[in-house]
Amino acid sequence: MSVPAPLLAAGDSDPGLWSEFWSYLTTADNWTGDRGIAALLVAHVQISVVAVLLAAAVAIVPAVLLGHTRRGAFLAVSVVNIGRALPSFAIIALVLPVSLEWGLGLGFWPTCVALVLLAVPPMFTNAYTGVRDVDPGTVEAAVGMGMTPTRVVTRVEVPNASPLIITGVRVSAVQVVATATLGALVGFSCLGSLIVEGFAQQNDGKLLTGAFLVAVLSLVTEAFFSLVQRLATPWLRAPRRRARPARSDPPAVALDA
Amino acid sequence: MQSQQTVGGADGPVGADAATPAVPATATQPTAGPAEAAIRLVAVTKAFPQATSPAVDRLSLEVGRGELTALVGPSGCGKSTTLKMINRLIEPTSGTIEVGGVEVRDQPRHELRRQIGYVIQQIGLFPHRTVADNIATVPRLLGWRKATIRARTAELAGQVGLDRDLLDRYPSALSGGQQQRVGVARALAADPPVLLMDEPYSAVDPIVRAHLQDDLARLQQELHKTIVLVTHDVDEAIKLGDRIALLNVGGHLEQFGTPAEVLRAPANEFVERFLGRERGLKRMALITVAEVPLGGGPMVQADAAPAEAEAAMAAEGVDWVGVLAGDELLGWADGADLAGAARVGDAPRTPFRAFVRPGTTIREALDNIVNSRTRVAVVLDDDDRYLGMLTVDHLAEALE
Ligand SMILES: Nc1ncnc2c1ncn2[C@@H]1O[C@H](COP(=O)(O)OP(=O)(O)O)[C@@H](O)[C@H]1O
Ligand SMILES: [Mg+2]
Repeated sequence: MSVPAPLLAAGDSDPGLWSEFWSYLTTADNWTGDRGIAALLVAHVQISVVAVLLAAAVAIVPAVLLGHTRRGAFLAVSVVNIGRALPSFAIIALVLPVSLEWGLGLGFWPTCVALVLLAVPPMFTNAYTGVRDVDPGTVEAAVGMGMTPTRVVTRVEVPNASPLIITGVRVSAVQVVATATLGALVGFSCLGSLIVEGFAQQNDGKLLTGAFLVAVLSLVTEAFFSLVQRLATPWLRAPRRRARPARSDPPAVALDA
Repeated sequence: MQSQQTVGGADGPVGADAATPAVPATATQPTAGPAEAAIRLVAVTKAFPQATSPAVDRLSLEVGRGELTALVGPSGCGKSTTLKMINRLIEPTSGTIEVGGVEVRDQPRHELRRQIGYVIQQIGLFPHRTVADNIATVPRLLGWRKATIRARTAELAGQVGLDRDLLDRYPSALSGGQQQRVGVARALAADPPVLLMDEPYSAVDPIVRAHLQDDLARLQQELHKTIVLVTHDVDEAIKLGDRIALLNVGGHLEQFGTPAEVLRAPANEFVERFLGRERGLKRMALITVAEVPLGGGPMVQADAAPAEAEAAMAAEGVDWVGVLAGDELLGWADGADLAGAARVGDAPRTPFRAFVRPGTTIREALDNIVNSRTRVAVVLDDDDRYLGMLTVDHLAEALE
C-alpha cells in the first residue's frame, strides 16, 4: 500500500519503532486476558516477591548470626564469589533438569529457584559485613550494660547494620526483577514472554513493551527500597555535629589558666 | 575523702609477692575487720589462650564502698582485663571476685551487668537511638515504667551537665565531650551502686577532659558510688582517686593507697618512676591551706608606733611590715618608709595583690608566694579577715 507523499513528509518516515511500541502499549486489548500485559506484570511481580522473600529467609538470618560471632569471613567471601561467577541463565539451565526430575515441571519453580540462588549472595554478604562491622565499642557497651545476646543482635547489631542489609536486599531485588524476564525461556509467563513472543512474531511493539515494562519495574523496585532504607534509618538523616562547639561545651579557652 | 575502713594492703603491695600463691590475711577472710569492701578480688588470674604469660596474675584488691579507686599503670598491664572481669566481660582463669558480697559468677551475666554501670573510652553510644533512648537503656532492660524513665532521664541530664535540648538528638549531633556525658548518664541510669570506667576521658581533648574530670568529682561527692576508674594517666588517678592502685605488667599490684600516701612514700622504683617528675608539686595539689599551720607574719596594727613595726620586721627577718586594722588587712609598708611616720598607718602602703583561702591548695599558695614581691601568700577567710601567711618554709614543712 503506498502512502501519499505529503503524509510521509509530515510525520515519521514509517510507522516506526516508537509508534509501534506506543500503540502496543496503549491498546487496551493487549492488557486484558490470560496472557495480557496486566496478567504478565502481576506474575512477574509475584515471582519476584516470592524469590526475594525466600532468599531473604535463607540468607539473612545465618548471615546475621555469623556476623554476630565475627567469624566466617571465608564463607562470606566464597558465597559472594560463587554468586558472581554463575550467570543467571546458567542457573536456570542448571535448575531446569532438577525441577523436571522432581516433578516441579517447567515455569514458576525452576525460575523461582534460580532467582533465589541469584538473590542470596548480595543479601548474605551485606548482612554479614553489616553486622560484623558494627562499631565494637557500641557492641561492648550493649553487652556491658546487660543486654542478652538476643537483644544485642536484634536491638543493636541489626538496626545498625540495616542500611547495608537493606542495600543488599535492594541490589538482589533489582537483579531478580530483571532476571525473572528469563523465566519466559523455560515456560514461565511473565513480562519476558512479551519479549520472547515479540521477537518470534517479529512484533517490535510487543517486544519493546516487554523491555520497557521490565525497565520500569526495576526502577520502581530500586526506588521502593531506597525509600524503605530512608524510612528505616532516621538517624542517618539527622543533623550532624557542626564544626563549632555546641552551646553546652566548655569554652575553647580555659579562663582560669 | 578519708574513710575509716582498712582496705587490703593499704600499707603495701598486695599480692605483689607473686612467688607465693598465698594472699595477705586481710584479703582471704571476707568478713575480717571493719572493711566494707564493695568489690573484692582474691588471687584473680587471667591467662588468655596462646599468651605466654598471664595478663593478670593472682591479683588481690579490695575496693571500698563509696570510694573511687583508680587502677593506673602502663599500657598492657592488665587494667582493662581486671575491670572486665568484674562485670564478666572476661571470665577469670582462677580466683574469685565479689561485688556487694556476692560472687559474680553466681549471678547470670546480664543481671550482674545491669547492677554495674559501665563507661568505656569509645563511649559506644547507640547511633540509632536518641540521647534520651540511649540513657534509658538499662531502665528499659529492667522494665521500668515509661513515665519513670522519662523523669529519670531528665534528672540525669541535669546531673551530668547535659542540655535538655540534646535529649531528642542522635549521638552524631553531639561533641565528644557531650557524648561522654551521655555515656556517664547512661551508666548511671538505673542508679547502680557500682560504676566501672575504662579510660573514659582519653579520647577527648585536654580542656574538655579537665571539665569532665571536675564534673565526675562533683557528681561523686553527691552520689558516693563505688567507682573503679582505669586510666594510664597518673595525674587523672591522683586528681580523682580516693585510692590509687598502681599496676605493673601482668596485673602486679605495686602499691595501693591514697594519692597522698603514694606520693609521699612510693613503694619502689617502679612507682616512683610512674609517678613521674614534680612529685612534690603533685602532693601540694592534694593539700589545702587549711591543713597547714600558718605563720603570723610581720603584722602590726595601723595605729602602732614605728618601733613596734621595726621589732616585727626584725623578728621575721624581712624589710616590710603588714598593716592591719583589727583583722582587716590594709596592705604592706616598706621598712624604709617608716622613718618619718608617727604611726605605721601613716606610712605609704601597697595593697596585697593576691590572697589564698583555707580551701586553696598549697600548690596554688606556692604560686602566690613566688609571684609576690613579699615572698609570702596571704591567707584570708571567706569574709576577707586576715588569718595568717605562708612562706616556702611552711609549705616545705607541710610536705615532710
Ligand atoms: N582478648 C584478648 N586476647 C588475648 N590477649 C589479650 C586480650 N585482651 C587483652 N590481652 C592482652 O592482655 C594484656 C593486658 O591487656 P589490657 O588489660 O587490655 O591492658 P591495659 O588495659 O592495661 O592496657 C595485654 O598484653 C593484651 O595484649
Ligand atoms: Mg585498657
